[in-house]
Amino acid sequence: MEQSNWKQKLTPLDNEILLLKTELINMWQMVLSQLEKAQQALVKKDKDLAREVISTEKRVNGFELKIDRDCEDILALFAPVAVDLRFLLAVLKINMNLERTGDIAEGIAKFVINLPEKFDVQLFELTRIIEMFNQANEMVAQVMEAFEKEDTVLARKIFKKDDLLDEINANASAIVTDYIQKNPEQIDPALYILSSIRKLERVGDQAKNMAEEIIFYSEAKVLKHKPKSKKSQKDEE
Amino acid sequence: MESPILKATNFNAFFGKNHILKNINLEVHKNSVWAIMGPSGCGKTTFIRCVNRMHELVPGATVEGSLKLKGEEIYEMNPVVLRRKVGMVFQRPNPFPTMSIYENVIAGYNLNGIKLSKMEKDDIVETSLKQAALWMEVRSTLHKKGTFLSGGQQQRLCIARALAMNPEILLLDEATSALDPISTSMIEELIQQLKSEYTILMVTHNMQQAARVSDKTAFFYLGELIEAANTKTIFTNPKHKKTQEYITGHFG
Repeated sequence: MEQSNWKQKLTPLDNEILLLKTELINMWQMVLSQLEKAQQALVKKDKDLAREVISTEKRVNGFELKIDRDCEDILALFAPVAVDLRFLLAVLKINMNLERTGDIAEGIAKFVINLPEKFDVQLFELTRIIEMFNQANEMVAQVMEAFEKEDTVLARKIFKKDDLLDEINANASAIVTDYIQKNPEQIDPALYILSSIRKLERVGDQAKNMAEEIIFYSEAKVLKHKPKSKKSQKDEE
Repeated sequence: MESPILKATNFNAFFGKNHILKNINLEVHKNSVWAIMGPSGCGKTTFIRCVNRMHELVPGATVEGSLKLKGEEIYEMNPVVLRRKVGMVFQRPNPFPTMSIYENVIAGYNLNGIKLSKMEKDDIVETSLKQAALWMEVRSTLHKKGTFLSGGQQQRLCIARALAMNPEILLLDEATSALDPISTSMIEELIQQLKSEYTILMVTHNMQQAARVSDKTAFFYLGELIEAANTKTIFTNPKHKKTQEYITGHFG
């Protein structure tokens, strides 16, 4: 088949999509920074840093509204199809997942503000919340890199990383119950930690959702509701 | 599965030494709407002109391979009989300028020397104009010249003229590209309605129209049929890179 006349050019729609991609990455970096700051605030019981996270959340919401509006404009004005359409649909969903991830960082920051002064740091080790935080942040960072590079192999690696979050989350109730029985004066902080673990487990889910969207727009494969083992394999539909 | 109404097998078309269509293999089933897309010069119009043998009207034009209408080789049929079975509507509305609306609709019968009673003619005119969604607008002016109608009405008159012969296939060659959005939308609606009785092949440069109206899409490039699939698949997940590049505006 003749290959002449194939000219790759950047169309106005391509330019809009590039701008949108940059904007979403900016939002992603902000959400990641929110998670990292929430983690630091928790580890160091730094209430000022926690307040910073809460106040920055408004900017994350602003990003969400702007990206939604941009997607709506592009859909109305350019009527994208095929990979462009899939990209926009993916961006809309990633945007929603990122905003929720931002809400989680804010929620944990609010717990930090309410933590009592005589908080027992032993809870960190017992529940493995810091390990969980590290893993959740790494997942969000990795899925961002996969989006930036359109790397579906990297996106597929996210699914297995979620196992650790699930394991820590599954064990948390028993550990916290046991701890509360032994340290009844620490009920409030123990419940804050348990709630934070629940929230971090959801961060893992958001990261997985975002990875699914990257695979959807790059390969036109729908991985939603598929077993984890199939999601990780490239050849499986 | 029902046998296809139109079947191209290793079909080739030439203008002199120019190889215009290259090994086209396509099956069109009854009551489907096909959009034929591709950049200018890709052979899409030549393909539909082969279906009613208008292609051979150009000196030096030849074909190879098989193109069958309901199992019968198109290039072995009497062209006059074939054209009764294959209606065609062109880019610019072209009602016969000396004929009234009424005469335009039954022109196919008159020009073929088919005698009809007044009642039969009235019936064909009314049915065809109703099918073309024009009856209500012209029923009181049937004996006025067709050229007095608006562009959109003239195009629907041309569709009525094609439908009057009760064709197996209706070919639309960019039939809405010279029309305003309202007339375009009326014809698109009409295509949807006609689908229940006819099989339609439409050449269009308007990709959104192809997406809105057709069930199946065939993408031609440099005389080859690159991809033919459900329109939904072509517009959401085309299998061929060239189809994707064309519909996303990266060439053409």
